[in-house]
Amino acid sequence: MDYTKEPDCKLPLALIVAMPELNENPFRNRIVESFSEDGLGNQSFNDFVDMFSVLSEMAPRELKAIFAFKIYDFNVDNFLCKEDLEQTLNRLTKEELTEEEVQLVCEKAIEEADLDGDHKLSFADFENMITRAPDFLSTFHIRI
Amino acid sequence: MPRKTDVSQLEDVGIDIDTELSNSDEEAPKRAKKGGRGGGRGGRGRGKKAASEEEEDEDEVPAPRGRRGGNRKAARKGKDGDDEDADDDDDEDGKGPKKQSEEEEDKKGAKGKKKGGKKGKDDEEDEEEGGKGDKGATGKKGAKGKGKAKEDDKKKKKKGGGSSSSNSDEEDSMSEGEMAKLMEEVEEKKKLIATIRNKPWRMRRRLTHLRESQQFVDKFEGALGKGKGRKWYAYKVMMKKKWIKFQRDFENFRTACIPWERKIKEVESHFGSSVASYFIFLRWMYGMNLVLFGFTFGLVVIPEVLMGLPYGSIPRKTVPRAEADSAQDYSVLMDFNGYCKYSVLFYGFYNNQRTIGLLQFRLPLSYLMVGIGTFGYSLMVVIRTMAKNADVGGGDGEDGEFTFAWKMFTSWDYLIGNAETADNKYASITTSFKESIVDEQENQKDENIHLRRFLRVLANFMIICSLGGSGYLIYFVVKRSQEFASRDDLSWYEKNELEIIMSLLGLVCPPLFETIAELEEYHPRIALKWQLGRIFALFLGNLYTFLFALFDEVNTKLELEGSIRNASLWNMKEYYANFTLNSNDTEATPPPMHPSDIIRGPCWETGVGIEFVKLTVSDIQVTYLTILIGDFARAVIVRFLNYCWCWDLEAGFPSYGEFDISGNVLGLVFNQGMIWMGAFYAPGLVGINVLRLLSSMYYQCWAVMATNVPHERVFKASKSNNFYMGLLLLILFLSLLPVVYTIMTLPPSFDCGPFSGKAKMFDVIMETIDLDLPAFLGTLFSYAANPGLIIPAVLLMVLAIYYLNSVSEAYQGANMELKKKMQMARDEEKNRRNNTESTDQVQKDLEDLLPNRSLAPEPEKEEPPPKPTKVKPGAAGKKDLQKDVTLASPNPNVRGPVNRPPGPRGPGPMPGHPGGPGPGGRGQGRPGPPPR
Repeated sequence: MDYTKEPDCKLPLALIVAMPELNENPFRNRIVESFSEDGLGNQSFNDFVDMFSVLSEMAPRELKAIFAFKIYDFNVDNFLCKEDLEQTLNRLTKEELTEEEVQLVCEKAIEEADLDGDHKLSFADFENMITRAPDFLSTFHIRI
Repeated sequence: MPRKTDVSQLEDVGIDIDTELSNSDEEAPKRAKKGGRGGGRGGRGRGKKAASEEEEDEDEVPAPRGRRGGNRKAARKGKDGDDEDADDDDDEDGKGPKKQSEEEEDKKGAKGKKKGGKKGKDDEEDEEEGGKGDKGATGKKGAKGKGKAKEDDKKKKKKGGGSSSSNSDEEDSMSEGEMAKLMEEVEEKKKLIATIRNKPWRMRRRLTHLRESQQFVDKFEGALGKGKGRKWYAYKVMMKKKWIKFQRDFENFRTACIPWERKIKEVESHFGSSVASYFIFLRWMYGMNLVLFGFTFGLVVIPEVLMGLPYGSIPRKTVPRAEADSAQDYSVLMDFNGYCKYSVLFYGFYNNQRTIGLLQFRLPLSYLMVGIGTFGYSLMVVIRTMAKNADVGGGDGEDGEFTFAWKMFTSWDYLIGNAETADNKYASITTSFKESIVDEQENQKDENIHLRRFLRVLANFMIICSLGGSGYLIYFVVKRSQEFASRDDLSWYEKNELEIIMSLLGLVCPPLFETIAELEEYHPRIALKWQLGRIFALFLGNLYTFLFALFDEVNTKLELEGSIRNASLWNMKEYYANFTLNSNDTEATPPPMHPSDIIRGPCWETGVGIEFVKLTVSDIQVTYLTILIGDFARAVIVRFLNYCWCWDLEAGFPSYGEFDISGNVLGLVFNQGMIWMGAFYAPGLVGINVLRLLSSMYYQCWAVMATNVPHERVFKASKSNNFYMGLLLLILFLSLLPVVYTIMTLPPSFDCGPFSGKAKMFDVIMETIDLDLPAFLGTLFSYAANPGLIIPAVLLMVLAIYYLNSVSEAYQGANMELKKKMQMARDEEKNRRNNTESTDQVQKDLEDLLPNRSLAPEPEKEEPPPKPTKVKPGAAGKKDLQKDVTLASPNPNVRGPVNRPPGPRGPGPMPGHPGGPGPGGRGQGRPGPPPR
């Protein structure tokens, strides 16, 4: 691939996801998708740089929060609703929790963080929750 | 923007500055719009200030600030000629409204300050005042004041005009308003360049902006002077990065230095934090014992080995002739008799020589001090750890708020790139979720409370019964063993009856308690504590029975000692008498008696030491064998016989063992009690214990990973394992009692140990005070030991404890109060948000019109649709950041319909948005960024 002549070439999701930094991450597909311009995970060089810029240690908390929100927003509707949380949870636990447990956890999580009572998490809710989390900054970054 | 915050932020975190700067962007245009000369100046002043933010790195902070403060003061007051002149000097350097570079300005300012001797002092004053003024006057007002001040300065300068600088003639090349605007824009662009990384934009957009701004800056910065500060800034950023990297590496290094961290994490990920807490406790214990080991070996054992008399030189260091034949037998050595008994491991080996070796090392004194210091150090460490744990427990009281949400969104560590680690992480996340679920379900459970209470009372009754029964059994056996002691024809069982009964009780009772505890249906975490407490009571009974038996033995030995002492002396005299009788030569000195022939006392101290060492060793054996048979053999059988068995062994009856946390913790605690009690009489015991802990760390880690299964009901260890520490403290106190009692009251043996020949052990201290310290210190000590001094001191301490206790209680009360308030505020907020959602549109609009609206985020629909490519970078503030959240999808509902009616809680940061980029920068008339 000649990047200098063809600056607009894009890498498919499968290639990026296979890199060792992302390979073990349960959210790897979501990360790549949410940083790609087309939303399908085909990243240009710019997108790629973007991704690791946000995931770098130097990125500010607000920026990280925004993209964390986007990553966890599986159905891309700008809200974290219950389905999003279920997906998140199942990826985190490799689906080892029973259905009732998943339901309970999701309900509790929404109940905790939902400030406006619409039973889904808007970005404001998410940000409010995540800015107080003690280890968000320390875990939400990738070293390359 | 108050300058002070700027400076401090700059020193704090680079990133923060960037956001601050972008925030201040919004204010700039307003100032510029003030129109006219003054406005222009104000803007310029502001611009200059922004520029000098970078340059403050170069010059020391006070210089520019002092200068500006000076300006203002000069304008305001018009001081006496000298000072004013000097000030003007500065002002002309600085205030000349040319394209002169800001750096130069500041440097000159600094120089001028250094030059003007008297003025320097004055400036210091001014600086303070200026600082205050800056703090007080916020935002626009401050800027305006500044602008005016400068104007005045300039007028003055034109009038005075004496010592104007050379660059004043460039003044008219561009009109001031234009100049200021240009400057401002350049500053904005610069800021954009600096902060472009923090904007949630796509890279393409960033690049466009970056290129534009860079071009702009390059083009016009020439006109406004060279950006010399940039190099310095780049250097600073680089250094900051390097520093962060260094810190990270250092942190990694420190983590790598913690022993067994990986092992414990591995265990934790599979078995949960409660099992891991045992291993952490074990590691802590190992650390403490290592220090004790260092003291004991460094100050007692090694000096004795290196400088003391060698084996065989004196009776106490020699195996008696009667025992010499069997002294090397394996069975004798395993009982710590024979050569073991007369070795450096035990009390009796040490000589009572006051000083040994070339260094005049006072071994007896050191022995006593180490013995007491062991307790002192242990007490200190245990109590300090408890206090620290209590601190940790109180620190994160807030964590109940977002348990699940945090677990869900922050528990995955994005750094993980190793498949095995990832598996561990999955396991640990699942475990931690299960723990939280169990906790949650426990909270929700409410059943028949009366039945539960009845069952609990019943369970406690049964357990007390069994405890009493076991106590009586031990008492009975001890009585019998005293009877047996006088007989010779004992069978093996009768000899070992006490030990057998005690081990049996230790084996049978804990499972029995566990079964009974099923009735109580406590949360597993609480049940664990109850279980621990009960087994603790059982073990304590055993321990103290053992101790009383030991004391009996010691007393009989002490009685025996008197007669043996006489016999020994008589024997010695007889020997010499015989010698002179046989040799018929009264003049010749007889050769000394061989040390192994001298009759010796029983040396009760060594006896006690041997008992404790034996107990410890048998404890180690039992523990390891239990693991090997109870866990490993069982696991092997279950695993491999399962292929040819009629029922499922893994799921059915024997199954795999669970890790018995309570038993292991108590084993460890009691073992430590043995060490504390025995260490004084057997210095080698500490070494044995260190070896034991070291091996059991590896052995148990392996055993738990290889043979055990996680508990069925996973539960989280309580945050601070102060419960373990409490048990340890109790044991420490209980083991302190007998040792101190023996040191203080019993006379040491006459022919063995470092204190032989003295009436009491602590006489060593008196001796040292008398012989080695100057006389006045001796009298000082005798005064200090006076009850008249000690009683008031004790009283004072009691009072201090009482005072501190009541203070801490008051703090606790205040803490609870605050927590309650926070919770209430949160609930209120929630309710209010929910209510606003439902109230009608008119109300909403009304609220919007109220001035306090500025603090609240706007409702969604009022937000203009996001512009994906915004060319004008001037308005790139926090508002932008908010909008840009939506860069992928068109839905602008990023900020929920949150609203905030005008309440009495005016300008404070909203609980929901503490310092977040949300509502702050959106205000209409808000002067500065939200205070951090």
